[in-house]
Amino acid sequence: MKTGIRRTALGVLATLALAAAGAGYLAPAPYDRQFREEPNAPCSRRFPLGTDELGRDRLSRLLYGARVSLLLAPSAALLATVAAALAGGAAGWLGGWTDRALMSGANLVLAMPWMFLLIAVRAALPLNVDPGVSLAVTVVLLGGLGWVPAARALRAGMLRLVRSDFLLQARAAGCGTARLFFVHALPNTKGLLAAQFWTAVPLFLLAEANLSLLGLGVAEPMPSLGNLLRELESFHHVRSQPVVLAPLVVLVALVTCCQLAFPAREEGMR
Amino acid sequence: MIRCLVALGVLVLSGLAAGEELRFCLRADPKTFDPALVADEYSFAVQYLTGGVLVRFNRRTQAMEPELATSWKVDQGGRRITLQLRQGVRFSDGTPFTAQDVIYTIRRLLDPALHSPIGDSFRSGAGELRAESKRPDQVVLTFPAPVVNLERLLDQVFVQSATSPLKEKAGLGPFVLKEYKTGAQLLFARNPQYWKRDKQGRALPYADGVRLSIQANRETELLRFERGEIDLINTLDTRLYDRLQKEMPRAVADLGPGLDSEFVWFNQAPGSPLPAYKKKWFTSAAFRRAVSGAINRADLCRLALNGHAVPAAGPISPANQAWFNRDLKPHAFDPKGSLQMLEKAGFRKGPGGLTDSEGHRVEFSLVTNAGNPARARLASLLEQDLAQLGIKINIVTLDMPSLLERISRTADYEACLLGFVNTDVDPNGHMNVLLSSASNHPWNPKQAKPATPWEAEIDALMQAQAGLADARQRKAKFDRVQRILWEQTPIVYLLHKNYLVAVSPNLQGADPRPLAPQTYWNIEWIAPSGTRTISQR
Repeated sequence: MKTGIRRTALGVLATLALAAAGAGYLAPAPYDRQFREEPNAPCSRRFPLGTDELGRDRLSRLLYGARVSLLLAPSAALLATVAAALAGGAAGWLGGWTDRALMSGANLVLAMPWMFLLIAVRAALPLNVDPGVSLAVTVVLLGGLGWVPAARALRAGMLRLVRSDFLLQARAAGCGTARLFFVHALPNTKGLLAAQFWTAVPLFLLAEANLSLLGLGVAEPMPSLGNLLRELESFHHVRSQPVVLAPLVVLVALVTCCQLAFPAREEGMR
Repeated sequence: MIRCLVALGVLVLSGLAAGEELRFCLRADPKTFDPALVADEYSFAVQYLTGGVLVRFNRRTQAMEPELATSWKVDQGGRRITLQLRQGVRFSDGTPFTAQDVIYTIRRLLDPALHSPIGDSFRSGAGELRAESKRPDQVVLTFPAPVVNLERLLDQVFVQSATSPLKEKAGLGPFVLKEYKTGAQLLFARNPQYWKRDKQGRALPYADGVRLSIQANRETELLRFERGEIDLINTLDTRLYDRLQKEMPRAVADLGPGLDSEFVWFNQAPGSPLPAYKKKWFTSAAFRRAVSGAINRADLCRLALNGHAVPAAGPISPANQAWFNRDLKPHAFDPKGSLQMLEKAGFRKGPGGLTDSEGHRVEFSLVTNAGNPARARLASLLEQDLAQLGIKINIVTLDMPSLLERISRTADYEACLLGFVNTDVDPNGHMNVLLSSASNHPWNPKQAKPATPWEAEIDALMQAQAGLADARQRKAKFDRVQRILWEQTPIVYLLHKNYLVAVSPNLQGADPRPLAPQTYWNIEWIAPSGTRTISQR
């Protein structure tokens, strides 16, 4: 049963990823093309999900938006996981003042009002940047701020490993510190890191959506699942055009399928 | 049984009482109850209900009309005003209204220690105000230097009592503040001493009271209106308006263009950190005119504001009947003409887009504030319009403090999309934007001396009109200012948003107008459902 659900979730994720990757072929129109004579058009053969207030084809924007979000969230999650592996791994492995210093740093990051920090950093960036660069900056910011929970989990895992019998045996057999860390310890955290990565992906999907709702995420006219959710700001709009729920459905499907397909598993730590 | 009947009776009575009060929402608490310190629209709303003014600007006729002053005369080139005061008027606590109250109010406004924002408008030059009252029904105020549009300024001066023990709580307006619960509501009761009467001699106001709820959320405000819990909505956004129009078509009104405008300007500050070639583009009138001509304003109005806006030709909206220059039309949408204009100025359109004479690709960032969906739509439309010329725009939304930091302090931006909220119909309300020395002069603020001949001309015209008493001469000069702005296009004016309001069909006497306070400017004449029949003004 569990395998069936997992397969279904993987299938949905793969379909969405393929659709997003093939947006250039599947989208009926460029995401920023304004059909000005047909704003708020209902679903039709020409516009399968209708058009938005500026006459832009919703399906095209959804496909490109999913691509942007699917690129942004895993990239940020990967960055956060790598940072967590380095900081949490070093803290747990080395212990002592290194542990205290790294964990104090982590607590500091955790205590930071990250939304204000993101706003401040965005404001300090050069204005004339390509939307791609702006996207990359958002990835770096989200990843740079989202590594702490994963680092804490990894530190705890590494502390257990350091005290484990097999590492004691390896050390007693004369294994050097570098070999101990890279050959014996680090590969044993792979499961935990993978779990942290897949937990972070939906979190960053939602973080991007939150930033976009504040008008600070991916810049117009580039779509993302987050800025497409803006159409849901008015309940009445949802009632009259339920099709505006499509980005929300995709977002929920992505987040749910991420959780079902890649559950956070403690058994990842062998 | 008896208890049930009593409870029913109480319910019926409370229902009747609620029916005789006007109810609407403020989006935030008033910042002050001191009439001299009013600077925000919420404090102004309170004063509008409770305060009395000497002369009032009629929002319908756009003319001054008598209130506490039955007549007035401005002479000595705007230095002196003689006011004939209404007799037999009393403050809400019963204290008689006298000439001393007028003198006290004006002196208090001009007190430098008070820092009154309204007082700043009267501070025309160094020296003392001379106030005389040879007769109890007359006041003569002589200012040290001419005060522009003196009688119009008196519309914002709420007269305070010099002798009442209640001080500023004693008012001359139609209502008195009865109860204030921070963050929740303000309750006003009818002022029993209010002087105004209708043609039949009945005491105004018609409403027994006013209930102002503090409600920041517009959706909730609309729901409350639909449920009949409030009677007025002073400003609706386009989406809510269209929704309400479908559900309660008799309750909504599009009052036509208001005084506010949306516009784009380019950074022309010589000290800005922009590359020299971009400064050259932005200081070129041909470039600015070409950009303006490539913008489809009709589409902006239709798509960004659902048709509730009119294309703008300049800073003055057609709603401002007295000062709008009717000879000016918005720059016509003509991309071909714009391209020709650019080509004459040395620009070339190629497959990679528009380039200048030195081969630089014409690309700039357009900053605007985050969290304004209509403005985001405008930016997207502008982006596509200018793409037709080969110009690439990078839209950047910033939080408001960061945006203000860039446009007013560091000058580190290229173009900006923003709007002006205008409450004053007089040209002097534009002084802080149009004078080259002004800190709010958007494209190149705080100039030591005008950077261009046309800015020097605008400065001279604005100062000249400010010193004139004759309205026709002032209009001629201000028309010329509007013409220069139209020709030079330092600001690309896009549109004037319409004022959209909702008024319960149960109200009688409401006469919404596109000048603040739109729906309740004649509040003393508005009768809620169930009140006595009203007469015409």
